[in-house]
Amino acid sequence: MNRHLLSINDLSKEEAINLLDTAAELARVTETPVKKLPTLRGRTIVNLFFEDSTRTRISFEAAAKRLSADVINFSAKGSSLSKGESLKDTALTLQAMGADGVVIRHPASGAAHRLASQKWMSGSVINAGDGTHEHPTQALLDAFTIRESLKDSSGDLSGLHVAIVGDVLHSRVARSNVLLLRKLGAKVTLVAPPTLLPVSVSSWGCSVQYDFDSGLHSFDVVMMLRVQRERMEDAFFPSEREYARRYGLNAARLSQLNSSCIVMHPGPMNRGLEISADSADSEKSVIVDQVKNGVAVRMAALYLLLGGE
Amino acid sequence: MSRNLLFKNLKSAAGKPLELAIANGRFTNVDGLSQTAEIIDGKGLTAIPGLVDLHTHLREPGKEDAETVLSGSKAAVAGGFTAISAMPNTSPIADTAGVVEQVFRLGKSHDLCDVFPIGAVTLGQQGKILSEMGAMHSSEAKVRIFSDDGHCVWDSLVMRRALEYVKAFGGVIAQHAQDPRLTQGSQMNEGEISAALGLKGWPAAAEESIIARDLLLNQHVGSRLHICHLTTAGGVELVRWAKKRGIQVTAEVTPHHLLLTDDLARSYDPVYKVNPPLRTEADVMALREGVVDGTIDVIATDHAPHPAEDKDCEWAAAAFGMIGLETALSVSYKALVESGLMKLEELVERMSGAPARIGRYEGHGSLSIGNEANFTLIDTDANWRVETLGIRSKSKNSPYLGMELPVTVRHTFLRGKEVFSQ
Repeated sequence: MNRHLLSINDLSKEEAINLLDTAAELARVTETPVKKLPTLRGRTIVNLFFEDSTRTRISFEAAAKRLSADVINFSAKGSSLSKGESLKDTALTLQAMGADGVVIRHPASGAAHRLASQKWMSGSVINAGDGTHEHPTQALLDAFTIRESLKDSSGDLSGLHVAIVGDVLHSRVARSNVLLLRKLGAKVTLVAPPTLLPVSVSSWGCSVQYDFDSGLHSFDVVMMLRVQRERMEDAFFPSEREYARRYGLNAARLSQLNSSCIVMHPGPMNRGLEISADSADSEKSVIVDQVKNGVAVRMAALYLLLGGE
Repeated sequence: MSRNLLFKNLKSAAGKPLELAIANGRFTNVDGLSQTAEIIDGKGLTAIPGLVDLHTHLREPGKEDAETVLSGSKAAVAGGFTAISAMPNTSPIADTAGVVEQVFRLGKSHDLCDVFPIGAVTLGQQGKILSEMGAMHSSEAKVRIFSDDGHCVWDSLVMRRALEYVKAFGGVIAQHAQDPRLTQGSQMNEGEISAALGLKGWPAAAEESIIARDLLLNQHVGSRLHICHLTTAGGVELVRWAKKRGIQVTAEVTPHHLLLTDDLARSYDPVYKVNPPLRTEADVMALREGVVDGTIDVIATDHAPHPAEDKDCEWAAAAFGMIGLETALSVSYKALVESGLMKLEELVERMSGAPARIGRYEGHGSLSIGNEANFTLIDTDANWRVETLGIRSKSKNSPYLGMELPVTVRHTFLRGKEVFSQ
């Protein structure tokens, strides 16, 4: 496997499946009374967060600790794009501290690539979300969750039809998911207002539909994306009410989904905007499983990137 | 006064045998030159009129860590230029006679190449109130080109007035065509690659809509309009249409837009971050075609130096721009002559004769007898490698580092005086 995990493109189909299989094994370990493995004892992993994301940070932190790694949390919010320390100097600092792995969350697309491609530091880099580019471990935990729910926890995702609904344009979750789901053989349909799709979305190899209501029964997975309320100011959509009406997952749409269809959301949710409370809490919802699986998948990523050395 | 010189065994850009005689800093008749002339053997070298750049950022005053008039002039003569045009986005902005005279005098005092300041169209390049373009024109710097480069003159009324106003003294408005609302926060060309990289797109329409508007405005007011750094196939089409219709317009393209594409952004290396952005292969081909058929009159560098820390960071935090004076001829040659689209003499016309006419830079752009002896001797058979250490510009943000390029500049002469040699 590649030394870094910056994009889903860093993984072949076989490597992705191997990662999911590894995560499944590690998940079983975490269900035992002693949730710890000695694999990464003595290794240092830095969680470098230039953006607030408590849930992603604690997920990585839990994953690293269960592998017995030493974890340093480095919250550097606003210190790069504003006047503070540059990404380069932060990287040089981490190198001096001897970080074996860096998990980076950054508001700028490509920040993880820069960290990995410049000679600033030698450790492995895991992209925990860079701007509007990618969030590969989120896609992996989503695939894991889909596989667990619909594919008996093994193999690829062929034959499944996944709808990704909402602000695709600004979503790193959507980009990583499109790449991974297609790699694993699933059919992907993007559902969004045209303003929230990239102009050249046709090159992504997905179906695109503007109307959420068409073909609801054909989806095996409905993955809702978070919508940022401030998008309205840039004229992406007229009002929250109109957005919720046209692209929100509500009780009426929920009832039209087929019986085995699952509902996903990467969190944090805007209840009442992109997803209604009854949808989020319905028995179709696997949103809490996603969070739980996040730890196992991140353990697998850390293990495969750092454990072999 | 400089010595009389007689260059023998040169070739012209067209490949014909050429001798150049120089007396008192001007080209003179070979026969009429006194026997005291120093004879120089130019075997293997091609003589071209000194290159003329209509689009240079020199950063002085205000950002001398990136470039100065002196370091920029050194880079210019190393690239074969004898005249450059200093864009006004300095600090303070060149929107008064005082600033343009300062830049002009700095150029004069270094005396490596002629430095012609470009004046801002509007006060502070804010796009609202016209700057005192008349005063800048009447100043010692004799400003003829005005531009808010870096910013678009977006307000249609201000643009119309600016075009009309400079008619009084034969000025030209050089427009940086970019709709600011359509490009807020934009990072690269909007297309397949920006979508994959999650970098905010800069749509071609944001450039083309301003070009179209300005062409129509100038059709109405009949002034001199120059479109800076064209980057899109659609922009080329619009200018071609306008020229056919008899609208007075000239257009430029940069060497980097003739060679590089937005695919390079995949590296997230901000050395490829430039405004307007690198476009697609189809745009590159259309731009080349535009240069060949004369739709695009000139090649201009948009030399934009930035210190290392402004590029050694994440893409969104990095500054826009790349240096280009020292590589302009080689890169343009590679894109247009090596590819078989143009002859060297035609390329030289786009990089010397045409820009000299647009800027009304008397004494530049021609090897004719009586003209100032501003010329460059190049070796078209010698390739060279672009390396950080060799760069004369204070800044090293070149996208060509490590590349081998054709055509080596050997000597540059300003009014008969050698200002560069290697």
